Amino acid sequence: MSNIPQELRFTKSHEWVKREEDGTLVVGITDHAQQLLGDLVFVEVPEVGSSFKDSDDCAVIESVKAASDVYCPIAGEVIESNEALADAPETINNDPYGDGWIFKLKPEDEGAYDALMDADAYAEVVAEDEH
Amino acid sequence: MGNRTPLYEEHLRANAKMVDFGGWDMPINYGSQIEEHHQVRRDAGMFDVSHMTIVDLSGEKVKPFLQYLLANNVDKLKTAGKALYTCMLNEQGGVIDDLIVYYLDDTFYRMVVNAATRDKDLAWIEKQAAAFEVSVTERDEMAMIAVQGPNARDKAHQVLGGEAADKLGDMKPFVMRELGEFKVARTGYTGEDGYEIILPANQAAGFWQQLVEAGVKPTGLGARDTLRLEAGMNLYGHDMDENTTPLESGLSWTVAWEPEDRDFIGRAAIARQKADGVKHKLVGLVLEDRGVLRDHQKVIVDGNEAGEITSGSFSPTLGKSIAFARVPASVDTHCQVDVRGKPLTARVVKPPFVRNGKACIDV
Repeated sequence: MSNIPQELRFTKSHEWVKREEDGTLVVGITDHAQQLLGDLVFVEVPEVGSSFKDSDDCAVIESVKAASDVYCPIAGEVIESNEALADAPETINNDPYGDGWIFKLKPEDEGAYDALMDADAYAEVVAEDEH
Repeated sequence: MGNRTPLYEEHLRANAKMVDFGGWDMPINYGSQIEEHHQVRRDAGMFDVSHMTIVDLSGEKVKPFLQYLLANNVDKLKTAGKALYTCMLNEQGGVIDDLIVYYLDDTFYRMVVNAATRDKDLAWIEKQAAAFEVSVTERDEMAMIAVQGPNARDKAHQVLGGEAADKLGDMKPFVMRELGEFKVARTGYTGEDGYEIILPANQAAGFWQQLVEAGVKPTGLGARDTLRLEAGMNLYGHDMDENTTPLESGLSWTVAWEPEDRDFIGRAAIARQKADGVKHKLVGLVLEDRGVLRDHQKVIVDGNEAGEITSGSFSPTLGKSIAFARVPASVDTHCQVDVRGKPLTARVVKPPFVRNGKACIDV
């Protein structure tokens, strides 16, 4: 069973989003996603300062077997990227919700966060995936 | 539901992630593909290869038949159990399949062909066999387990028990010996020492469990692919197929041109290609930039699209991405690969990348 923290929000494409006190967002991929992908061997994080629209592909994650895009959950500007992943992509496998975060985002519209799925809704997406 | 091998329940018991592989439900990994890869390089791992097709060929004219059917020459096989790796070609010199053929006696040979090519292989073999009155029998009541790694033979001997070490200890690579109902061959697809063992299907699960108890870890098809790529071994349908010849696929060494009067299917076509100059070659690539090389990515030489990756992945042993690519014969030391729209630099090397646990190239 995959771990789905109650305090986070989620996308259908398996990103998780955490809201910091200053309104900025931390983004990563879920435990379920990292399990599906398997051993990760390469991560390309987005450039700091770049802006993305909702659902734009903004990062690349490669496992031994395939490459996958990571999508921007909400329109905004990247204010920090987890450069440590370049040398240790497996951090996402080991700690997807902690040290395996991928980038931090300043959202265009802070309210957009509330429209993301909560943990229960995401659990249903995962359950459907597992069928 | 796909075909299931006699070890299907064992895979589920070991929490395998099952996938469809050429119509078979097979384990891709049992948790971590990379750990399984390292297990084979450093100790011992085992693969269920029961999906591969075992075909027995018998008859008075079986040897001349195989000398006609195969690009390598079975006349090289002089002692019982000796094996040969070869391609089976069509009239145009394209590779119908690559396979291992074992000599058992003058009227009896065994072949192991790929799973995904089973139907077309059997149809082709039976069509060609008719004129030689050779009988073709698929042995689907047999299972096949590969035990691979530096400690694989020792651990297999423990499980095979009794006289196994005495009977098999001095066996040379590419030889098969019988041990009761088991046929044990010192062959494999990982670049490590080990055995491929053909055994009755009803004994496969028990033998598998005993190997687990001896410390041989189940290894999935995912690791099998990265191991064989590091070992410089071609994969059918990726690195060669019916539209490419052995000469364009790094397999010239498997073609027996001597004796000159041996006519085999495809000979005329590849002899012509050789005389005209082979325009493409299969090379190894090591990615010097960060990223991962994948099948079908384009190779760029002097700004032009000039070739294609046929097998690309991440090498767990080297910690870098490696690949096979089919490129123009003129390609020298470096090329570029279009990786998701970015031209990345790769060094051209001669496979293998890894043999017996050690890197064969500078990284």
